[in-house]
Amino acid sequence: MIVRTESVLKGTTKGPEIVIEPQLGWVSLKLNELWQYRELLFFLTMRDVKVRYTQTVLGVAWTVIQPLTSMVIFSVIFGQLAKLPSEGIPYPIFSYAALLPWQLFSGTLTRAGNSLVANANLLTKVYFPRLIIPLSAITAGLVDFAISFLVLLGLMLYYAMVPNWAILLLPFLVLFAFLTALGVGLWLSALNVQYRDVQHMIPFLVQIWMFASPVAYSAGLIPKGPWRIVYGLNPMVGVIQGFRWVLLSGKPPDGLIFVSVIMVVMLLVTGLFYFRRMEKTFADIV
Amino acid sequence: MSDLAIRVEKLGKIYKIGGTQKRYDTLRDRIVGGLTFFVRHLREARFETHNSEIIWALRDVSLEIKRGEILGIIGRNGAGKSTLLRILSRVTEPTEGRIEVHGRIGSLLEVGTGFHPELTGRDNIYLNGAILGMRRAEIKSKFDEIVDFAEVEKFIDTPIKHYSSGMYLRLAFSVAAHLEPEILLVDEVLAVGDSIFQEKCLNKMGDVARSGRTVLFVSHNMAPINTLCNRVILLKEGHVIKDGPAPNVVPAYLNRENILANRRVWTEKERPGNSAFQLISVSLKNAAGTLAGEINISENATIEIEHEVIRQGTRVMFSLVLLDANGYCVFGSLDNTAENAYHGKPLQPGRYLSVCHLYGNLLNNGRYYVSIIGASDYWTDSFRAEHAIAFEAIDDGILKRDYWGNFGGVVRPKLRWTMTSLQGNTYANSSLDGKVNS
Repeated sequence: MIVRTESVLKGTTKGPEIVIEPQLGWVSLKLNELWQYRELLFFLTMRDVKVRYTQTVLGVAWTVIQPLTSMVIFSVIFGQLAKLPSEGIPYPIFSYAALLPWQLFSGTLTRAGNSLVANANLLTKVYFPRLIIPLSAITAGLVDFAISFLVLLGLMLYYAMVPNWAILLLPFLVLFAFLTALGVGLWLSALNVQYRDVQHMIPFLVQIWMFASPVAYSAGLIPKGPWRIVYGLNPMVGVIQGFRWVLLSGKPPDGLIFVSVIMVVMLLVTGLFYFRRMEKTFADIV
Repeated sequence: MSDLAIRVEKLGKIYKIGGTQKRYDTLRDRIVGGLTFFVRHLREARFETHNSEIIWALRDVSLEIKRGEILGIIGRNGAGKSTLLRILSRVTEPTEGRIEVHGRIGSLLEVGTGFHPELTGRDNIYLNGAILGMRRAEIKSKFDEIVDFAEVEKFIDTPIKHYSSGMYLRLAFSVAAHLEPEILLVDEVLAVGDSIFQEKCLNKMGDVARSGRTVLFVSHNMAPINTLCNRVILLKEGHVIKDGPAPNVVPAYLNRENILANRRVWTEKERPGNSAFQLISVSLKNAAGTLAGEINISENATIEIEHEVIRQGTRVMFSLVLLDANGYCVFGSLDNTAENAYHGKPLQPGRYLSVCHLYGNLLNNGRYYVSIIGASDYWTDSFRAEHAIAFEAIDDGILKRDYWGNFGGVVRPKLRWTMTSLQGNTYANSSLDGKVNS
C-alpha cells in the first residue's frame, strides 16, 4: 500500500493528504513513519512488560531465576562434571555472562516470532506500522535484561572481577544482540503469519542455536579453519565472546566478529524488506 | 479547500478463498507446491486452475464523499461493506483503484482494540488511545473526560478483567469517542452493549456529525441508518447498486436482499451462534401451524427458533425484534416468561425449539422482519441474526368492518371501544347494521 503523506500548505494545495493505492514492487521502509508512532511502541512495550509477570507469586524474580537456574545446571554439568575450559574464569560467572545476552536473544526471538499472530486482533482492526509489533516484543526483552544484569554485577563483586575500559563497548554488544534478534524475528514473525509451522519450529531453532553459540563452552574450543568461519556466521558468537571480554576480561573476540556483523546486517536488511513486502497481506491471512 | 472528504476511484479487492489458502497452509505444502510449479513451468495454467478460488470482495467501486456527510453502508454479509472500511482504514490494501483521503481518518472497526485484561483501566486508556492514533499528550488532556464518560472513576486503577461487561464496553467506547478525526469510520460498533449504551453511542455519532465531520457507518441495523445517515449506499457482491437518501435505499435493501422468506435454515457453517449454542432455523407458522409467508393480521402466529446447545450446561436466552418495512423496531420481546420452563436452566447438549407466540389483532398490514438475538448465560456473548425471516401481514378485513381506508402506524392492536348514551337514548337500526353484524 502506498500511503503518501504530502505536506499540506494552508489554502494553497488541493492535493489529498493520504492516497491509498495498491503497492507494486518494493517499497521504502518508511522509517520516518515508525518514528511518528514511537509512543505506540512505548505503550506496547509497557504492556508486554507489565503483563508478563502479573498473577505470579515471584513476579519479576522470574527474570533472574531463569538465567540463575541455567547457570547452576551448566556449572554442575559442564563446569564440574565435564570440566570444560572456561578461559580461566570461574565457570558460574563464565556461563552467566553468556546466558545474559543469550536469554535476551532467545527470549525476544521467541516472542517476536509469535508477536504478529498473537496480535492478530490489532492487525485486522487498526492501521499502524506493523514493524512496531515485533519491535515492541524485543524492546520488552531489554527490560528483563536490565534486571538480570544487576545480578551479574552482584556476581562480579563476589568474584572480585574488575571490568576494564572495554566495558564501554557493552551497549554496542547489547545493540548487536538486539539487532540480531530483530533480524531473525522479522523473518520469523512474517513467515509465521502465513505458515504456523514457524511457531512449532521456534523452540527447536532456539535450542539448536544455543548449542551453536558459546554459551556453555568457550568459543576457543572450535578448531581453527574453514569451520570456524562458518561458526562465525552465528552473530551470537561475537556477542557472547564480547560479553565475556568486556565484563570478565576474557579473550577479546577475534576476526569472527566481522563475519557476525556482516551476517547481522544481511539478516536485518533482508528481514526488513521481507517484512515490509509481506506486510500488506498480514491483515488478510493472519 | 475542496469540500470533498474521500474520493474512491474504481476500487477493487481480491480475496483468495478456500482451496488456495488451505493448500498452502504449511511450509511443506508450499515447498511441494513450489517445486511442482517449478518443474512444470506452467504459470498460466496454474493461475487458471486457481481462478475459481478468487473472489472480488469489491469491484469498480467509485464514490465521492463530501465533508460532513454521514454515509451509511448497508448490504448483506459478504457484500463488501467491511472490506471497504478496512481498505479506507488502511488495514488491508486494495488490489486495484485509488482512494484520496482529505483529512485525518479515525477508524472504529471495533471498540477496545488492544485492551488487555490484566492492565488497569488507566493503562488501557493510554494503550488503546495510542493504538487508535492519539498522542500521549492528547490522551492526557482528555483523560478525565474519558473516565467521566465511561463512569468508571472508582475502578480506574483496577485491572479491567474485574470489570463488568458493561463497564468494559463503556470504557472502550469512551476512548474511541474522544478520538477526534475529521473522518470517522464505524463498523457495527453499535451491535454490542445494552440499549442505554447503544443510545449513548448514537448520540455521540450525532454530535460528531453535527460538528461537521464526516462519518462512514456500516450497520445491519436499519434504525440508526435511518435516523443518522443523510446518504446510504447499498452494496451487493462488491458493487454499489444503490446510492441515495435512506428512505430510497433502505427498503431496496430489505426487499431485494431478504427475499420474502418465511423460513431461514442456516447451513452448518453459517449458523449464527457462539461456542455454547447455535441457531439452526427460524420459521414463521400461521394459526393452522403450517409454514406461511403471509399471516392474517387477526390470527395468531408463531415464530419458531430451532437451536442446538453444544456446551453442556448452557443457559439459552432469546430476544426477538420485530422490524417494520423501513427497518424500524416495532417491538422487542424476551423469552424469560413464566411459561418458558427452560428459561435460565442449564441445558443438556441437543436440539431445542423456542417458540414465540404472536397474538392476532396486533400487527398492521405490511411487511415485517424478524431479527433474533441469542445469548448464552450472560448477555455479553450475544449474537444476532439480523432480518432472519420476513413475512407479509395481510389485512383480512375483520378489524376493518365498516372502515375502508388504511390504518396508519406500525401496529394495529385490537383495543376495546365502548360508547354509551349519557341521556339513556337507544339507537335505531340502519341498513348498514345487518352487514356489520353478519
